[in-house]
Amino acid sequence: MDFALNEEQIMARDMVRELARDKIYPTLKEWDRKHQPHPDVLPLLAENGVLGINIPVRYGGQGFDYITLALACEELERIDASLRVIMSVHAGLNSLALLQWATEEQKQRFLVPQARGEKYAGYGLTEADAGSDPVNLRSTARREGDVYILNGEKMWISLATLADNFIVFAKTDPHAEPRYKGITAFIITKDMKGVSTYDEKHKLGVRAGSTGSIVMQDVEVPVENRLGEEGEGFYIAMSCLDNGRYTVAAGATGCIRACLEDSIKYAKERHTFGVPIAQHQLIKQKIAFMQQWYDAAWLLVVRAGWLKNQGQRNTRETAVAKWFATDMSVKAALEAVQLHGAYGFSDEYDVERYLRNAKGAVIYEGSSEIQQLIQADYALGYRHDRPLRCEPVPYDAETWQSEG
Amino acid sequence: MHVVTIATMTPDTEAAVAVDAGGNVQWGDRLVVNPWDEYAITEAVLLKGAHNGQATVMTVGSEAQAEALKHGLAIGCDQAIRVWDPALAAHDSLAYASAAAAAINKLGNADLVIFGKEMSDSASDQHVFQTARKLRWTMIGFVARIEAIDFAARTIRVRRLTDQGTEVVSGRLPAVISVLKDINEPKYPTFIGIRKAAKAEIPVWSLADLGLSAAAVAPKTAVSGHRELPKREGSAEIIEGANAQEKAARLVARLLEEKIL
Repeated sequence: MDFALNEEQIMARDMVRELARDKIYPTLKEWDRKHQPHPDVLPLLAENGVLGINIPVRYGGQGFDYITLALACEELERIDASLRVIMSVHAGLNSLALLQWATEEQKQRFLVPQARGEKYAGYGLTEADAGSDPVNLRSTARREGDVYILNGEKMWISLATLADNFIVFAKTDPHAEPRYKGITAFIITKDMKGVSTYDEKHKLGVRAGSTGSIVMQDVEVPVENRLGEEGEGFYIAMSCLDNGRYTVAAGATGCIRACLEDSIKYAKERHTFGVPIAQHQLIKQKIAFMQQWYDAAWLLVVRAGWLKNQGQRNTRETAVAKWFATDMSVKAALEAVQLHGAYGFSDEYDVERYLRNAKGAVIYEGSSEIQQLIQADYALGYRHDRPLRCEPVPYDAETWQSEG
Repeated sequence: MHVVTIATMTPDTEAAVAVDAGGNVQWGDRLVVNPWDEYAITEAVLLKGAHNGQATVMTVGSEAQAEALKHGLAIGCDQAIRVWDPALAAHDSLAYASAAAAAINKLGNADLVIFGKEMSDSASDQHVFQTARKLRWTMIGFVARIEAIDFAARTIRVRRLTDQGTEVVSGRLPAVISVLKDINEPKYPTFIGIRKAAKAEIPVWSLADLGLSAAAVAPKTAVSGHRELPKREGSAEIIEGANAQEKAARLVARLLEEKIL
């Protein structure tokens, strides 16, 4: 068993770390305070190839592995969750789904420009009445000749107003039994007639990111934009979550690390009773727990990444990583605020932002409660992975790095 | 054209540096690419791109210095060379320069050598000037901008910053220059560069490869000890007054009294 990162992974991690720290962090707070997406983040990630970090070179990506994707997400959320959210939707939920499910023609048309960072990508599953219960979605897709007519509204969509392409899910058969067999996936673009997008403001956290809604009103989507087969949408949606949750879990480790690093710095600077507070045992306990949560979360993430590199199904392992890492990021942020005292309660320090951001991640991409049901159902034998028509794509350095 | 940049690893600029009881400096346990060298590497890569030439990143040092070379490759240098020999273990700046100059000569076709302004740990730059002297090339230090460079006509014109202001200097190639932060914005590694760097087998040139004897790099100077700067002690005084004008007048009077103005 080898826990060492290779040189490529380390250098890629350091590059993302330096980019986020040097180019975004100095101005992040002003955008967070304004509740507006930081305008430099998407272009920065695009220009430097981060958006296509683990897409094969022949599809416009950089050809790095799934572990490197996690390292990038950790570094991005070390600065702010809004940076990592971009990777979750653009890379995790959308581009990797295209790699797994799209036809070659669709890959050329959508995946290549996304991996190159020329187009930004989003994902629309959630609706007002369909969050933890996505099968309850109300959007419809009615086939008329060579097109599907899509109607519906998607909510809580990251990059809603910034993305060019979306994978959305709609019911092609509202009466299907079981219900999930009536769902189909489509690739829509924001320039299609009938597509409008809106931003949601005044969120508790991820304020420097874009979250909003997509409204589809009689949108004509060509048949060649259908992702997968009719009725296959639910399987696709769930496989997308295996990658999206992975990026959320990796990001949460970055949030825990942010809490830990900031707390260590403050604990050594702040004095009470004549000594740095780091020398008080109750402060040491907080530091120790944060370290433990970081280590355990990181190990769960890289185990899921290892399975992904092998092309093995990883729904359970990714879900447990997402559940644990995000729950612990909330605890770490609470402890970090407490350790900073009144300063932690003020936005003069970053820890209150970590707390506001962390609270989102235990809700989106499967709430902590849903993750617990998944674990229990696997353990009890109520849930099994069935073979997919398109299985997860394993990482192979040679083919992923080759041009042809 | 062929541009060579000499890079080195230095202690993290954020490390807390201390002198221990034995007079040894504790630099912290993390090395980073000498911040000044990031500008030098970037300039080499920019020139290579602009003139369709070749860029080589080189270091004189042990295995720990190799990271600077990998960084250079990840940013876009074509090749990396490490110069090392056990005889260089206790080198001074002149020995460093002798080895660097010999390696540059061994390349055979270098037109320009770019150093960062200084090494950030020791704040020293003698090795830059000594390298130029050993090569018997033009030396231009503290370059803020390369105004013009013509590899065919063998000329270079640069803007350099001095304590008095700026001056524009022309010279002949081949040349050695040291660069300041104004020269560019350091590039970040690219993923393609990272992959190339990770796979690169970096050649190590020994003194024998360079045709140098151990005696030629025997240090002529030695650091005999380090000491902490004396602790600065001071006190603050709040100047009182009815309004800003009065406070300013009293402040000026106090400064004159203390012979600060």
